[in-house]
Amino acid sequence: MADLWVIGELGPDGGLAHISAEVATLARRLADAAGGSVTGVVVGAAPETAAADLATYLPRVVAVTDSSAADHAWAAIAAERIAALVADAGGAGNGGPGCILIGSGPDGRDVAGMLSVLLGWGVLVNATGVEWQDGGPVVEMSVFGGKLITTSAFAGGPGIVTVRPGAVTAEGSGGAAGTIESIAPTAEPALPRVAVVDRVAEAGAAAPIEEARIIVSGGRGLGGPDGFTLVQQLADVLGGAVGATRAAVDAGWISYSQQIGQTGKIVKPQLYLALGISGAIQHKVGMQTAETIVAVNRDPDAPIAEFADLVVVGDLFQVGPAILERLSSRSG
Amino acid sequence: MVLVKPVPDPAAAAERLGPDGRLDRAASPAVVNANDEYALEAALKLVAEHGGDVTLLSMAAGSAPETMRKALAMGADRGVHVMDPALAGSDTLSTARVLAAALRDIQADLILAGADTSDGGGGVVAPGVAALLGVPYLSYASKIEPDPVAGTVRVRRISPTGYDLLEAPMPALIGCTQALGEPRYPSLKGIMAARSKEIATRTLADLGLADGSVGGSAATTRVVDSRKPPARAATRVVRGTPDEAAAEVVAFLAERRII
Repeated sequence: MADLWVIGELGPDGGLAHISAEVATLARRLADAAGGSVTGVVVGAAPETAAADLATYLPRVVAVTDSSAADHAWAAIAAERIAALVADAGGAGNGGPGCILIGSGPDGRDVAGMLSVLLGWGVLVNATGVEWQDGGPVVEMSVFGGKLITTSAFAGGPGIVTVRPGAVTAEGSGGAAGTIESIAPTAEPALPRVAVVDRVAEAGAAAPIEEARIIVSGGRGLGGPDGFTLVQQLADVLGGAVGATRAAVDAGWISYSQQIGQTGKIVKPQLYLALGISGAIQHKVGMQTAETIVAVNRDPDAPIAEFADLVVVGDLFQVGPAILERLSSRSG
Repeated sequence: MVLVKPVPDPAAAAERLGPDGRLDRAASPAVVNANDEYALEAALKLVAEHGGDVTLLSMAAGSAPETMRKALAMGADRGVHVMDPALAGSDTLSTARVLAAALRDIQADLILAGADTSDGGGGVVAPGVAALLGVPYLSYASKIEPDPVAGTVRVRRISPTGYDLLEAPMPALIGCTQALGEPRYPSLKGIMAARSKEIATRTLADLGLADGSVGGSAATTRVVDSRKPPARAATRVVRGTPDEAAAEVVAFLAERRII
């Protein structure tokens, strides 16, 4: 059980995705605590750069080249290649890993789900923290939209853990880079592949919110798409990303990729600055674990006033620019 | 074919776990999982355009037909409810195995599922079902375009910078997001019609799974402990002129070393 694997995901530039650096840091600490080993696995059409990045966090990395990943969805390829590696290593407890960790983003979830049924292993999802106790990982997670925190463990067998962004701060191993083994499996695919016909970058695609340290977010109170100009300006001066409520997304003021809440994304930034957001439960579940919540709202009785750290009762179109001016003069 | 899950109503805020670490379903009213409603809406639009019908599939406790009726009222044609006492305490692996077994008996061109659920929210069941069935999995869909002549389906998968255009042969399983469009409200006519629509019940024996391979006894994970998150500190309320308020906000952020 004490041998851990980390699945490294590729970022948009071909290097290691930030979430994978965090997962690797977490896994290395667990392996230290368990007195076990930790290995990284990167699967891709060109995994070399990401594998080299991962080797700055882990003592051993396996780079799996599969050229089909260039124009096919990654999850089925990665799940199948990793399942084969586990079998080749002798299976769980016989040289193979007892636990596999991966990020909880879209690709990580897809791989974890497929790998679970291929290996017959359980999955613990959305870990906000993992410790090693009694010979296995104990996983803390937030469920029912943050209304409960549970700790869970595997029932004696091996398992897969998906890890949320921000569970730990990424930190290199500090020593010499780990070894990298490169392999190029030739086994015919068993899982059906999904072709990627095109990768489309949309104009105005905003900074991703899941890993942002600061999020400035807008809701119905912005009154229209122009209100997001102010949100964007505040995000720029704070070095943060722009978020939104479902109402603002449904109204077409901003893209769904920025939506925070029950059917959008769950975030845990250091600062969540909410403009014109009432704080309905569907939004609250996506942001209530932010370290600091500051809200600007005209209505002192809005639900957000009950769980924000600081609430300004006032007109966001007056208070917002005033905050912007003070922040700009500070940083300028 | 749409996979739907009854989840505790997030607005009721009554979720709690029983002594066995399982959800106390009696304590919290159930609703259709929100992302599943987007999947159903997408299915209803596809059927309106291309023909065919929509079947719902749920693996859930005995009260599931009540929540399924609401989905039937939106326009689905029939439901299949997998229910068995042995399923209490199922993990995601069991759930994927049971849904896949139920789907093997049903001829569907497209299987639609919500990207994740509002209770556990792992998003791992649908890809597991696809892998067990050996069908392509197209996830995080913001648009679904089947080509019945070619027998393929194209899906826009939301990416960090825009979208990836995916294509695969049908049958396929699609993970659905809110970007597919607002779910319709059931009409009065729909609500009346839903009362007489068929909800077939399947047990584990019906699915050939009554061998202990799934369900609570086969669970691979266990809840060790649960607790309420720590309460947040009291809210500081700021009034005053915009400039005074802004000064206070900036000082607060500096005090917390955020800026």
